[in-house]
Amino acid sequence: MDKTINIALPKGRLGEKVYKMLEELGYGCPGILDNSRKLIFEDEAKTVRYFWVKPSDVAIYVEHGAADVGVVGRDILLEYQPDIYELTDLGFGKCRMCVAGIKDVTPSTDRALRIATKFVHIAKKYYAEKGREIEIIKLNGSIELAPILGLSDVIVDIVETGSTLKENNLEVKEEILNISARFIAGKAAYRFKNAEIGVMTEKINSWLAAKEKENEK
Amino acid sequence: MKDTILRNEEKAVFALRTLYENFGYTQYRMSRFEEYDLYQENKQFLAKGEIITFNDRDGKLLALKPDVTLSIVKNARAGEQLREYYNENVYRTVNGEYREIMQVGLECIGDIDLYSTCEVLRLAKKSLEIISDSAILDITNAGFVNGLLAETGLAENEQAQLSACIAQKNPHDLASLCSSFGVSEELSARLVKTASLYGSFAQVEAEAMSMVMNEEMQNALDELRQIDNYFSGIGENSGFNVDFSLMNDMQYYNGIVFRGYVEGVPAGVLSGGRYDRLLGKMGKGSDMGAIGFAIYMNLLDLYFDDRREYDVDILVTYDSGVDMASLSRTVDMLMGGGRTVRVQKQDNGKIRCRERFHFGERGLEIRG
Repeated sequence: MDKTINIALPKGRLGEKVYKMLEELGYGCPGILDNSRKLIFEDEAKTVRYFWVKPSDVAIYVEHGAADVGVVGRDILLEYQPDIYELTDLGFGKCRMCVAGIKDVTPSTDRALRIATKFVHIAKKYYAEKGREIEIIKLNGSIELAPILGLSDVIVDIVETGSTLKENNLEVKEEILNISARFIAGKAAYRFKNAEIGVMTEKINSWLAAKEKENEK
Repeated sequence: MKDTILRNEEKAVFALRTLYENFGYTQYRMSRFEEYDLYQENKQFLAKGEIITFNDRDGKLLALKPDVTLSIVKNARAGEQLREYYNENVYRTVNGEYREIMQVGLECIGDIDLYSTCEVLRLAKKSLEIISDSAILDITNAGFVNGLLAETGLAENEQAQLSACIAQKNPHDLASLCSSFGVSEELSARLVKTASLYGSFAQVEAEAMSMVMNEEMQNALDELRQIDNYFSGIGENSGFNVDFSLMNDMQYYNGIVFRGYVEGVPAGVLSGGRYDRLLGKMGKGSDMGAIGFAIYMNLLDLYFDDRREYDVDILVTYDSGVDMASLSRTVDMLMGGGRTVRVQKQDNGKIRCRERFHFGERGLEIRG
Protein backbone atom coordinates (compact mmCIF):
# COMPACT_ATOMS: atom_id res chain seq x y z
CA MET A 1 0.00 0.00 0.00
CA ASP A 2 1.24 3.50 -0.86
CA LYS A 3 2.07 5.17 2.45
CA THR A 4 3.40 8.44 1.04
CA ILE A 5 1.62 11.35 2.70
CA ASN A 6 0.20 13.73 0.12
CA ILE A 7 0.28 17.27 1.45
CA ALA A 8 -1.61 20.17 -0.10
CA LEU A 9 0.02 23.49 0.77
CA PRO A 10 -1.50 26.90 0.10
CA LYS A 11 0.59 28.90 -2.37
CA GLY A 12 2.15 31.95 -0.78
CA ARG A 13 3.69 33.05 2.50
CA LEU A 14 1.61 30.81 4.75
CA GLY A 15 2.41 27.70 2.72
CA GLU A 16 6.13 28.49 2.78
CA LYS A 17 6.06 28.98 6.53
CA VAL A 18 4.28 25.65 6.99
CA TYR A 19 6.78 23.95 4.69
CA LYS A 20 9.69 25.29 6.74
CA MET A 21 8.13 23.83 9.87
CA LEU A 22 7.64 20.46 8.18
CA GLU A 23 11.21 20.55 6.92
CA GLU A 24 12.45 21.03 10.51
CA LEU A 25 10.34 18.03 11.48
CA GLY A 26 12.06 15.81 8.94
CA TYR A 27 9.62 16.13 6.03
CA GLY A 28 11.96 18.11 3.80
CA CYS A 29 11.79 17.96 0.04
CA PRO A 30 14.64 19.40 -2.06
CA GLY A 31 13.92 22.14 -4.56
CA ILE A 32 10.47 22.93 -3.32
CA LEU A 33 11.19 26.55 -2.40
CA ASP A 34 13.06 27.28 -5.63
CA ASN A 35 11.09 29.59 -7.82
CA SER A 36 9.95 27.11 -10.39
CA ARG A 37 6.61 26.46 -12.01
CA LYS A 38 6.58 22.86 -10.87
CA LEU A 39 3.54 22.01 -8.79
CA ILE A 40 4.36 18.57 -7.37
CA PHE A 41 7.40 17.71 -5.26
CA GLU A 42 8.40 14.34 -3.83
CA ASP A 43 11.26 13.47 -1.47
CA GLU A 44 13.58 10.61 -2.34
CA ALA A 45 12.42 8.28 0.41
CA LYS A 46 8.84 8.89 -0.76
CA THR A 47 7.57 9.71 2.71
CA VAL A 48 5.93 12.91 1.52
CA ARG A 49 4.63 14.46 -1.68
CA TYR A 50 3.79 18.16 -1.71
CA PHE A 51 1.61 20.12 -4.04
CA TRP A 52 1.01 23.83 -4.17
CA VAL A 53 -2.60 24.81 -4.67
CA LYS A 54 -4.68 27.94 -4.39
CA PRO A 55 -5.33 28.54 -0.66
CA SER A 56 -9.10 28.29 -0.98
CA ASP A 57 -8.75 24.97 -2.83
CA VAL A 58 -6.72 23.12 -0.18
CA ALA A 59 -9.79 21.84 1.63
CA ILE A 60 -11.29 20.63 -1.66
CA TYR A 61 -8.20 18.54 -2.44
CA VAL A 62 -8.30 17.03 1.04
CA GLU A 63 -12.04 16.40 1.11
CA HIS A 64 -11.92 14.58 -2.22
CA GLY A 65 -8.92 12.50 -1.25
CA ALA A 66 -6.48 13.98 -3.78
CA ALA A 67 -4.40 15.13 -0.80
CA ASP A 68 -4.24 13.31 2.54
CA VAL A 69 -3.52 16.36 4.67
CA GLY A 70 -3.32 20.08 4.13
CA VAL A 71 -3.12 23.49 5.72
CA VAL A 72 -5.98 25.91 5.40
CA GLY A 73 -7.34 29.03 7.11
CA ARG A 74 -10.27 28.68 9.46
CA ASP A 75 -12.16 31.22 7.31
CA ILE A 76 -12.19 28.78 4.39
CA LEU A 77 -13.29 25.88 6.62
CA LEU A 78 -16.20 27.87 8.04
CA GLU A 79 -17.21 29.23 4.65
CA TYR A 80 -17.20 25.96 2.69
CA GLN A 81 -17.81 23.46 5.54
CA PRO A 82 -15.78 20.65 4.00
CA ASP A 83 -16.23 17.15 5.43
CA ILE A 84 -12.73 16.70 6.89
CA TYR A 85 -10.95 16.34 10.22
CA GLU A 86 -9.39 19.43 11.73
CA LEU A 87 -6.44 18.05 13.69
CA THR A 88 -4.42 21.02 14.91
CA ASP A 89 -4.51 24.77 15.19
CA LEU A 90 -1.14 25.88 13.83
CA GLY A 91 -1.56 29.42 15.11
CA PHE A 92 0.00 30.81 11.91
CA GLY A 93 -1.58 33.49 9.79
CA LYS A 94 -3.59 34.92 12.66
CA CYS A 95 -6.25 37.46 11.72
CA ARG A 96 -9.88 38.31 12.43
CA MET A 97 -13.10 38.06 10.45
CA CYS A 98 -14.77 41.42 10.96
CA VAL A 99 -17.66 43.60 9.99
CA ALA A 100 -16.23 46.91 8.78
CA GLY A 101 -17.79 50.10 7.51
CA ILE A 102 -17.12 53.77 6.94
CA LYS A 103 -15.60 55.46 9.97
CA ASP A 104 -18.08 57.04 12.39
CA VAL A 105 -21.08 56.09 10.25
CA THR A 106 -23.76 53.83 11.70
CA PRO A 107 -25.79 52.07 9.00
CA SER A 108 -29.51 52.71 9.27
CA THR A 109 -31.44 49.93 10.98
CA ASP A 110 -34.84 50.46 9.34
CA ARG A 111 -34.01 48.46 6.22
CA ALA A 112 -32.05 45.38 5.25
CA LEU A 113 -28.32 45.77 5.86
CA ARG A 114 -26.38 45.53 2.61
CA ILE A 115 -23.20 43.52 3.03
CA ALA A 116 -20.41 43.08 0.50
CA THR A 117 -18.27 40.02 1.11
CA LYS A 118 -16.43 37.01 -0.24
CA PHE A 119 -17.63 35.01 2.77
CA VAL A 120 -21.32 34.62 2.04
CA HIS A 121 -21.96 31.70 4.35
CA ILE A 122 -20.16 33.19 7.34
CA ALA A 123 -21.94 36.54 6.90
CA LYS A 124 -25.36 34.91 6.56
CA LYS A 125 -24.84 32.76 9.63
CA TYR A 126 -23.60 35.65 11.74
CA TYR A 127 -26.58 37.85 10.93
CA ALA A 128 -29.09 35.00 11.13
CA GLU A 129 -28.03 34.50 14.74
CA LYS A 130 -28.64 38.19 15.36
CA GLY A 131 -31.95 38.07 13.53
CA ARG A 132 -30.99 41.00 11.30
CA GLU A 133 -32.35 41.16 7.76
CA ILE A 134 -29.53 41.41 5.24
CA GLU A 135 -28.82 41.59 1.55
CA ILE A 136 -25.59 39.95 0.45
CA ILE A 137 -23.51 41.32 -2.39
CA LYS A 138 -20.96 38.70 -3.31
CA LEU A 139 -17.63 40.16 -4.46
CA ASN A 140 -14.40 38.42 -5.33
CA GLY A 141 -11.85 41.10 -4.46
CA SER A 142 -11.28 44.73 -3.42
CA ILE A 143 -14.11 44.36 -0.96
CA GLU A 144 -13.13 47.65 0.75
CA LEU A 145 -14.34 49.58 -2.29
CA ALA A 146 -17.97 48.61 -1.76
CA PRO A 147 -18.92 50.91 1.16
CA ILE A 148 -16.86 53.77 -0.26
CA LEU A 149 -18.82 53.67 -3.52
CA GLY A 150 -22.12 53.13 -1.72
CA LEU A 151 -22.47 49.60 -3.07
CA SER A 152 -22.97 48.28 0.45
CA ASP A 153 -23.39 49.53 4.03
CA VAL A 154 -20.69 47.31 5.46
CA ILE A 155 -18.29 44.57 4.47
CA VAL A 156 -17.50 41.24 6.08
CA ASP A 157 -13.85 40.47 5.49
CA ILE A 158 -10.55 39.36 6.96
CA VAL A 159 -8.63 42.01 8.86
CA GLU A 160 -4.94 41.43 9.51
CA THR A 161 -3.42 44.72 10.67
CA GLY A 162 -6.27 47.03 9.78
CA SER A 163 -4.04 49.34 7.72
CA THR A 164 -6.00 48.83 4.49
CA LEU A 165 -9.17 49.81 6.34
CA LYS A 166 -7.52 52.88 7.83
CA GLU A 167 -6.15 54.06 4.49
CA ASN A 168 -9.66 53.89 3.06
CA ASN A 169 -11.34 55.68 5.96
CA LEU A 170 -13.00 52.46 7.16
CA GLU A 171 -13.10 50.93 10.65
CA VAL A 172 -13.91 47.62 12.30
CA LYS A 173 -17.48 47.68 13.59
CA GLU A 174 -17.73 44.15 15.01
CA GLU A 175 -15.47 41.15 15.32
CA ILE A 176 -17.04 37.90 14.16
CA LEU A 177 -14.32 35.37 14.90
CA ASN A 178 -10.60 34.71 15.14
CA ILE A 179 -8.82 33.01 12.30
CA SER A 180 -5.63 30.98 12.08
CA ALA A 181 -4.25 28.20 9.90
CA ARG A 182 -5.44 24.67 10.61
CA PHE A 183 -3.83 21.32 9.85
CA ILE A 184 -6.53 19.14 8.30
CA ALA A 185 -6.81 15.50 7.18
CA GLY A 186 -9.17 13.63 4.88
CA LYS A 187 -11.53 11.16 6.50
CA ALA A 188 -10.35 8.13 4.52
CA ALA A 189 -6.68 9.17 4.70
CA TYR A 190 -7.00 9.46 8.49
CA ARG A 191 -7.94 5.79 8.56
CA PHE A 192 -5.74 4.23 5.88
CA LYS A 193 -2.64 6.26 6.79
CA ASN A 194 -3.44 6.55 10.47
CA ALA A 195 0.04 5.79 11.80
CA GLU A 196 1.78 8.17 9.37
CA ILE A 197 -0.65 11.04 9.91
CA GLY A 198 -0.62 10.40 13.67
CA VAL A 199 3.17 10.74 13.83
CA MET A 200 3.08 13.90 11.75
CA THR A 201 0.38 15.46 13.95
CA GLU A 202 2.30 14.63 17.11
CA LYS A 203 5.50 16.12 15.71
CA ILE A 204 3.63 19.30 14.75
CA ASN A 205 2.04 19.55 18.19
CA SER A 206 5.34 19.20 20.01
CA TRP A 207 6.97 21.69 17.63
CA LEU A 208 4.18 24.17 18.42
CA ALA A 209 4.51 23.53 22.15
CA ALA A 210 8.27 24.13 21.99
CA LYS A 211 7.73 27.40 20.08
CA GLU A 212 5.22 28.54 22.64
CA LYS A 213 7.68 27.88 25.46
CA GLU A 214 10.36 29.78 23.57
CA ASN A 215 8.05 32.76 23.24
CA GLU A 216 7.25 32.72 26.95
CA LYS A 217 10.92 33.13 27.84
CA MET B 1 -22.81 -15.75 -19.03
CA LYS B 2 -19.39 -14.32 -19.56
CA ASP B 3 -17.67 -12.94 -16.50
CA THR B 4 -16.62 -9.75 -18.24
CA ILE B 5 -20.17 -8.78 -19.19
CA LEU B 6 -21.05 -7.91 -15.60
CA ARG B 7 -19.43 -4.68 -14.53
CA ASN B 8 -17.53 -4.82 -11.24
CA GLU B 9 -20.27 -2.84 -9.57
CA GLU B 10 -22.90 -5.34 -10.71
CA LYS B 11 -20.74 -8.21 -9.53
CA ALA B 12 -20.44 -6.56 -6.12
CA VAL B 13 -24.21 -6.07 -5.86
CA PHE B 14 -24.75 -9.68 -6.88
CA ALA B 15 -22.26 -10.92 -4.26
CA LEU B 16 -23.84 -8.72 -1.58
CA ARG B 17 -27.30 -10.08 -2.33
CA THR B 18 -26.00 -13.63 -2.14
CA LEU B 19 -24.37 -12.86 1.21
CA TYR B 20 -27.55 -11.46 2.72
CA GLU B 21 -29.71 -14.28 1.33
CA ASN B 22 -27.29 -16.80 2.86
CA PHE B 23 -27.84 -15.22 6.25
CA GLY B 24 -31.59 -15.56 5.85
CA TYR B 25 -32.43 -11.98 4.93
CA THR B 26 -35.16 -11.54 2.35
CA GLN B 27 -35.31 -8.86 -0.28
CA TYR B 28 -37.61 -5.89 0.20
CA ARG B 29 -38.87 -4.24 -2.97
CA MET B 30 -40.54 -0.90 -2.89
CA SER B 31 -42.17 1.40 -5.37
CA ARG B 32 -40.46 4.60 -6.40
CA PHE B 33 -42.98 6.75 -4.59
CA GLU B 34 -44.22 7.14 -1.06
CA GLU B 35 -46.66 9.61 0.38
CA TYR B 36 -44.85 12.76 1.32
CA ASP B 37 -46.36 12.71 4.83
CA LEU B 38 -44.19 9.76 5.81
CA TYR B 39 -41.06 11.81 5.28
CA GLN B 40 -42.52 15.02 6.64
CA GLU B 41 -43.45 13.34 9.93
CA ASN B 42 -40.07 11.69 10.35
CA LYS B 43 -37.86 14.44 9.05
CA GLN B 44 -35.33 14.09 11.85
CA PHE B 45 -34.64 10.52 10.76
CA LEU B 46 -33.72 11.50 7.21
CA ALA B 47 -30.35 12.61 5.93
CA LYS B 48 -30.28 16.34 5.30
CA GLY B 49 -31.38 17.57 1.93
CA GLU B 50 -34.59 18.23 0.14
CA ILE B 51 -37.11 15.63 -0.87
CA ILE B 52 -38.28 15.61 -4.46
CA THR B 53 -42.05 15.87 -4.45
CA PHE B 54 -44.88 15.97 -6.99
CA ASN B 55 -48.66 15.68 -7.05
CA ASP B 56 -50.50 12.57 -8.13
CA ARG B 57 -53.69 12.82 -10.20
CA ASP B 58 -55.87 13.34 -7.12
CA GLY B 59 -53.67 16.17 -5.92
CA LYS B 60 -52.07 14.07 -3.20
CA LEU B 61 -48.45 14.97 -2.54
CA LEU B 62 -46.05 12.16 -3.34
CA ALA B 63 -42.30 11.95 -2.92
CA LEU B 64 -39.62 10.10 -4.81
CA LYS B 65 -38.25 7.93 -2.03
CA PRO B 66 -35.22 9.55 -0.39
CA ASP B 67 -34.74 6.57 1.91
CA VAL B 68 -35.75 2.92 2.19
CA THR B 69 -35.46 2.32 5.93
CA LEU B 70 -38.51 4.44 6.76
CA SER B 71 -40.68 2.38 4.43
CA ILE B 72 -39.42 -0.89 5.88
CA VAL B 73 -40.07 0.29 9.42
CA LYS B 74 -43.50 1.63 8.48
CA ASN B 75 -44.52 -1.81 7.30
CA ALA B 76 -43.09 -3.66 10.31
CA ARG B 77 -45.72 -4.89 12.74
CA ALA B 78 -45.25 -4.70 16.50
CA GLY B 79 -43.63 -7.87 17.82
CA GLU B 80 -42.44 -8.92 14.38
CA GLN B 81 -38.91 -10.17 13.66
CA LEU B 82 -37.78 -8.71 10.34
CA ARG B 83 -34.60 -9.55 8.45
CA GLU B 84 -34.66 -7.68 5.17
CA TYR B 85 -32.25 -6.30 2.63
CA TYR B 86 -32.78 -4.00 -0.31
CA ASN B 87 -31.13 -2.84 -3.48
CA GLU B 88 -32.92 0.33 -4.51
CA ASN B 89 -32.42 3.74 -6.02
CA VAL B 90 -33.16 6.65 -3.73
CA TYR B 91 -33.60 10.25 -4.82
CA ARG B 92 -32.13 13.25 -3.08
CA THR B 93 -31.00 16.74 -3.87
CA VAL B 94 -27.27 17.03 -3.40
CA ASN B 95 -25.79 20.53 -3.68
CA GLY B 96 -29.00 21.71 -5.26
CA GLU B 97 -29.09 19.04 -7.94
CA TYR B 98 -31.38 16.04 -8.25
CA ARG B 99 -29.52 12.79 -7.80
CA GLU B 100 -30.39 9.16 -8.17
CA ILE B 101 -28.34 7.16 -5.70
CA MET B 102 -28.11 3.39 -5.64
CA GLN B 103 -28.24 1.99 -2.14
CA VAL B 104 -27.77 -1.54 -0.96
CA GLY B 105 -28.75 -2.01 2.64
CA LEU B 106 -29.99 -4.30 5.30
CA GLU B 107 -32.30 -3.97 8.31
CA CYS B 108 -32.67 -6.23 11.31
CA ILE B 109 -35.78 -5.32 13.27
CA GLY B 110 -37.39 -6.87 16.36
CA ASP B 111 -35.79 -8.15 19.53
CA ILE B 112 -32.20 -6.96 19.08
CA ASP B 113 -29.74 -8.66 21.38
CA LEU B 114 -25.97 -8.94 21.31
CA TYR B 115 -26.07 -11.75 18.75
CA SER B 116 -28.17 -9.79 16.24
CA THR B 117 -25.95 -6.73 16.73
CA CYS B 118 -22.84 -8.80 16.06
CA GLU B 119 -24.47 -10.48 13.06
CA VAL B 120 -25.24 -7.13 11.44
CA LEU B 121 -21.71 -5.88 12.16
CA ARG B 122 -20.31 -9.06 10.70
CA LEU B 123 -22.41 -8.63 7.56
CA ALA B 124 -21.24 -5.01 7.30
CA LYS B 125 -17.66 -6.17 7.49
CA LYS B 126 -18.18 -8.97 4.98
CA SER B 127 -19.90 -6.48 2.65
CA LEU B 128 -16.83 -4.24 2.74
CA GLU B 129 -14.60 -7.23 2.06
CA ILE B 130 -16.66 -7.99 -1.04
CA ILE B 131 -16.07 -4.46 -2.30
CA SER B 132 -12.36 -4.15 -1.50
CA ASP B 133 -9.35 -5.96 -0.08
CA SER B 134 -8.48 -2.86 1.86
CA ALA B 135 -11.40 -1.74 3.98
CA ILE B 136 -11.94 -0.56 7.54
CA LEU B 137 -15.04 -0.70 9.71
CA ASP B 138 -15.11 1.90 12.47
CA ILE B 139 -17.46 1.55 15.38
CA THR B 140 -18.59 3.61 18.33
CA ASN B 141 -21.29 3.52 20.92
CA ALA B 142 -23.14 6.83 20.99
CA GLY B 143 -23.79 6.33 24.71
CA PHE B 144 -20.14 6.97 25.46
CA VAL B 145 -19.97 10.53 24.13
CA ASN B 146 -23.57 11.27 25.17
CA GLY B 147 -22.74 10.23 28.72
CA LEU B 148 -19.68 12.44 28.72
CA LEU B 149 -21.57 15.41 27.27
CA ALA B 150 -24.31 14.96 29.89
CA GLU B 151 -21.67 15.51 32.60
CA THR B 152 -21.16 19.06 31.32
CA GLY B 153 -24.74 19.94 32.31
CA LEU B 154 -24.92 22.31 29.33
CA ALA B 155 -28.00 23.19 27.29
CA GLU B 156 -28.78 21.09 24.24
CA ASN B 157 -27.56 23.61 21.67
CA GLU B 158 -24.27 24.06 23.53
CA GLN B 159 -23.79 20.30 23.68
CA ALA B 160 -24.51 20.18 19.94
CA GLN B 161 -21.67 22.65 19.33
CA LEU B 162 -19.30 20.49 21.36
CA SER B 163 -20.33 17.34 19.54
CA ALA B 164 -19.80 19.06 16.19
CA CYS B 165 -16.18 19.64 17.24
CA ILE B 166 -15.83 16.03 18.36
CA ALA B 167 -17.14 14.88 14.97
CA GLN B 168 -14.37 16.93 13.32
CA LYS B 169 -11.74 15.57 15.74
CA ASN B 170 -11.07 19.22 16.39
CA PRO B 171 -9.26 19.51 19.75
CA HIS B 172 -8.47 23.27 19.68
CA ASP B 173 -11.96 24.63 19.05
CA LEU B 174 -13.41 22.02 21.41
CA ALA B 175 -11.13 23.19 24.21
CA SER B 176 -11.87 26.86 23.59
CA LEU B 177 -15.65 26.24 23.45
CA CYS B 178 -15.42 24.30 26.70
CA SER B 179 -13.64 27.14 28.42
CA SER B 180 -16.13 29.71 27.10
CA PHE B 181 -19.03 27.52 28.34
CA GLY B 182 -17.36 27.15 31.75
CA VAL B 183 -16.74 23.40 31.47
CA SER B 184 -14.14 22.22 33.99
CA GLU B 185 -10.64 21.65 32.65
CA GLU B 186 -10.75 18.04 33.72
CA LEU B 187 -13.93 17.37 31.73
CA SER B 188 -12.70 19.42 28.80
CA ALA B 189 -9.54 17.31 28.64
CA ARG B 190 -11.64 14.15 28.58
CA LEU B 191 -13.77 15.47 25.71
CA VAL B 192 -10.64 16.38 23.75
CA LYS B 193 -9.17 12.94 24.36
CA THR B 194 -12.42 11.27 23.27
CA ALA B 195 -12.35 13.10 19.95
CA SER B 196 -8.88 11.86 19.07
CA LEU B 197 -8.97 8.28 20.39
CA TYR B 198 -8.70 5.90 17.47
CA GLY B 199 -7.61 2.29 17.20
CA SER B 200 -8.55 -1.31 17.88
CA PHE B 201 -10.56 -1.96 21.04
CA ALA B 202 -7.46 -3.33 22.77
CA GLN B 203 -5.57 -0.14 21.88
CA VAL B 204 -8.18 2.27 23.20
CA GLU B 205 -9.70 0.24 26.04
CA ALA B 206 -7.48 1.40 28.90
CA GLU B 207 -7.83 5.05 28.00
CA ALA B 208 -11.56 4.81 27.43
CA MET B 209 -11.97 3.06 30.81
CA SER B 210 -10.18 5.88 32.57
CA MET B 211 -12.70 8.37 31.14
CA VAL B 212 -15.86 6.66 32.32
CA MET B 213 -17.88 8.99 34.57
CA ASN B 214 -21.32 7.44 34.73
CA GLU B 215 -23.40 4.36 34.05
CA GLU B 216 -24.29 5.36 30.49
CA MET B 217 -20.61 5.50 29.54
CA GLN B 218 -19.86 2.26 31.38
CA ASN B 219 -22.69 0.43 29.58
CA ALA B 220 -21.57 1.81 26.23
CA LEU B 221 -18.03 0.63 26.78
CA ASP B 222 -19.20 -2.77 28.07
CA GLU B 223 -21.20 -3.33 24.91
CA LEU B 224 -18.17 -2.49 22.75
CA ARG B 225 -16.11 -4.95 24.81
CA GLN B 226 -18.69 -7.71 24.33
CA ILE B 227 -18.66 -7.09 20.58
CA ASP B 228 -14.87 -7.20 20.54
CA ASN B 229 -14.94 -10.47 22.50
CA TYR B 230 -17.39 -11.95 20.03
CA PHE B 231 -15.18 -11.12 17.06
CA SER B 232 -12.06 -12.39 18.83
CA GLY B 233 -13.98 -15.58 19.57
CA ILE B 234 -14.72 -16.22 15.90
CA GLY B 235 -11.27 -15.00 14.83
CA GLU B 236 -12.51 -11.99 12.82
CA ASN B 237 -11.57 -9.03 14.97
CA SER B 238 -9.10 -7.43 12.58
CA GLY B 239 -10.10 -4.32 10.69
CA PHE B 240 -12.35 -2.97 13.45
CA ASN B 241 -11.46 0.36 14.95
CA VAL B 242 -13.14 2.23 17.74
CA ASP B 243 -13.74 5.87 16.85
CA PHE B 244 -15.84 7.90 19.30
CA SER B 245 -15.98 10.81 16.87
CA LEU B 246 -18.41 8.97 14.57
CA MET B 247 -21.45 10.82 15.62
CA ASN B 248 -23.11 12.84 12.94
CA ASP B 249 -26.69 11.62 12.54
CA MET B 250 -27.07 11.59 16.31
CA GLN B 251 -30.80 12.14 15.90
CA TYR B 252 -31.11 8.89 14.05
CA TYR B 253 -28.86 6.45 15.80
CA ASN B 254 -28.63 5.43 19.41
CA GLY B 255 -26.18 2.91 20.82
CA ILE B 256 -23.91 1.22 18.31
CA VAL B 257 -22.97 3.36 15.29
CA PHE B 258 -20.57 2.24 12.57
CA ARG B 259 -19.09 3.42 9.31
CA GLY B 260 -17.13 1.63 6.63
CA TYR B 261 -14.31 3.01 4.52
CA VAL B 262 -12.69 1.60 1.41
CA GLU B 263 -9.21 2.63 0.41
CA GLY B 264 -9.37 4.94 -2.58
CA VAL B 265 -12.79 6.41 -1.75
CA PRO B 266 -12.57 9.66 0.23
CA ALA B 267 -15.89 9.37 2.12
CA GLY B 268 -17.48 6.59 4.15
CA VAL B 269 -19.21 4.12 1.81
CA LEU B 270 -21.12 2.22 4.46
CA SER B 271 -23.08 3.77 7.25
CA GLY B 272 -25.16 2.11 9.89
CA GLY B 273 -26.21 1.73 13.48
CA ARG B 274 -28.90 1.09 16.00
CA TYR B 275 -32.04 3.17 15.51
CA ASP B 276 -34.62 2.17 18.12
CA ARG B 277 -35.99 5.71 18.34
CA LEU B 278 -37.54 5.55 14.89
CA LEU B 279 -39.57 2.49 15.89
CA GLY B 280 -40.75 4.24 19.03
CA LYS B 281 -41.72 7.30 16.98
CA MET B 282 -43.72 5.15 14.57
CA GLY B 283 -45.52 3.45 17.44
CA LYS B 284 -44.11 -0.03 16.99
CA GLY B 285 -43.86 -0.63 20.73
CA SER B 286 -41.08 0.10 23.15
CA ASP B 287 -39.71 -3.44 23.11
CA MET B 288 -38.84 -3.24 19.39
CA GLY B 289 -35.30 -2.47 18.38
CA ALA B 290 -33.61 -2.06 15.02
CA ILE B 291 -30.13 -2.09 13.59
CA GLY B 292 -29.06 -1.85 9.97
CA PHE B 293 -26.76 -0.28 7.43
CA ALA B 294 -26.68 1.06 3.90
CA ILE B 295 -23.94 1.07 1.30
CA TYR B 296 -23.77 4.08 -1.01
CA MET B 297 -23.00 2.49 -4.33
CA ASN B 298 -22.74 5.89 -6.03
CA LEU B 299 -19.58 6.63 -4.04
CA LEU B 300 -18.08 3.48 -5.49
CA ASP B 301 -18.58 4.60 -9.10
CA LEU B 302 -15.06 5.96 -9.31
CA TYR B 303 -13.63 3.01 -7.45
CA PHE B 304 -15.21 0.52 -9.83
CA ASP B 305 -14.29 2.54 -12.87
CA ASP B 306 -12.29 -0.21 -14.52
CA ARG B 307 -10.47 1.45 -17.34
CA ARG B 308 -10.73 -1.05 -20.13
CA GLU B 309 -7.97 -1.04 -22.65
CA TYR B 310 -10.21 -2.03 -25.55
CA ASP B 311 -13.79 -1.24 -26.45
CA VAL B 312 -14.12 -4.52 -28.36
CA ASP B 313 -11.85 -7.43 -29.25
CA ILE B 314 -12.42 -7.34 -32.99
CA LEU B 315 -13.55 -4.69 -35.43
CA VAL B 316 -14.83 -5.86 -38.80
CA THR B 317 -15.33 -3.43 -41.67
CA TYR B 318 -16.92 -4.44 -44.96
CA ASP B 319 -17.34 -3.31 -48.56
CA SER B 320 -20.76 -2.33 -49.78
CA GLY B 321 -22.41 -5.04 -51.80
CA VAL B 322 -20.87 -8.00 -49.96
CA ASP B 323 -23.04 -10.97 -49.24
CA MET B 324 -24.67 -10.24 -45.90
CA ALA B 325 -25.25 -13.87 -45.04
CA SER B 326 -21.59 -14.78 -45.41
CA LEU B 327 -20.60 -11.65 -43.48
CA SER B 328 -22.87 -12.80 -40.66
CA ARG B 329 -21.40 -16.30 -40.72
CA THR B 330 -17.91 -14.82 -40.53
CA VAL B 331 -18.93 -12.66 -37.58
CA ASP B 332 -20.39 -15.71 -35.80
CA MET B 333 -17.11 -17.53 -36.39
CA LEU B 334 -15.03 -14.66 -35.01
CA MET B 335 -17.26 -14.51 -31.93
CA GLY B 336 -16.32 -18.07 -31.03
CA GLY B 337 -14.32 -18.26 -27.83
CA GLY B 338 -16.19 -15.37 -26.28
CA ARG B 339 -14.62 -12.51 -28.22
CA THR B 340 -16.57 -9.34 -28.80
CA VAL B 341 -17.02 -8.32 -32.43
CA ARG B 342 -18.21 -5.00 -33.75
CA VAL B 343 -19.27 -4.66 -37.37
CA GLN B 344 -19.42 -1.33 -39.15
CA LYS B 345 -18.88 -0.12 -42.65
CA GLN B 346 -15.88 2.08 -42.08
CA ASP B 347 -13.12 2.26 -39.55
CA ASN B 348 -12.99 5.82 -38.26
CA GLY B 349 -10.00 4.91 -36.09
CA LYS B 350 -11.79 5.83 -32.89
CA ILE B 351 -12.61 2.33 -31.74
CA ARG B 352 -10.01 0.69 -29.55
CA CYS B 353 -9.76 -2.97 -30.54
CA ARG B 354 -7.24 -5.79 -30.40
CA GLU B 355 -7.65 -6.87 -34.02
CA ARG B 356 -9.02 -5.31 -37.18
CA PHE B 357 -10.50 -7.27 -40.08
CA HIS B 358 -11.94 -6.26 -43.40
CA PHE B 359 -14.60 -8.27 -45.21
CA GLY B 360 -14.54 -7.72 -48.97
CA GLU B 361 -14.99 -9.49 -52.26
CA ARG B 362 -12.16 -11.91 -51.50
CA GLY B 363 -13.45 -12.73 -48.04
CA LEU B 364 -11.89 -11.86 -44.70
CA GLU B 365 -8.57 -10.03 -44.53
CA ILE B 366 -6.51 -9.05 -41.54
CA ARG B 367 -5.96 -5.28 -41.23
CA GLY B 368 -3.82 -5.32 -38.07
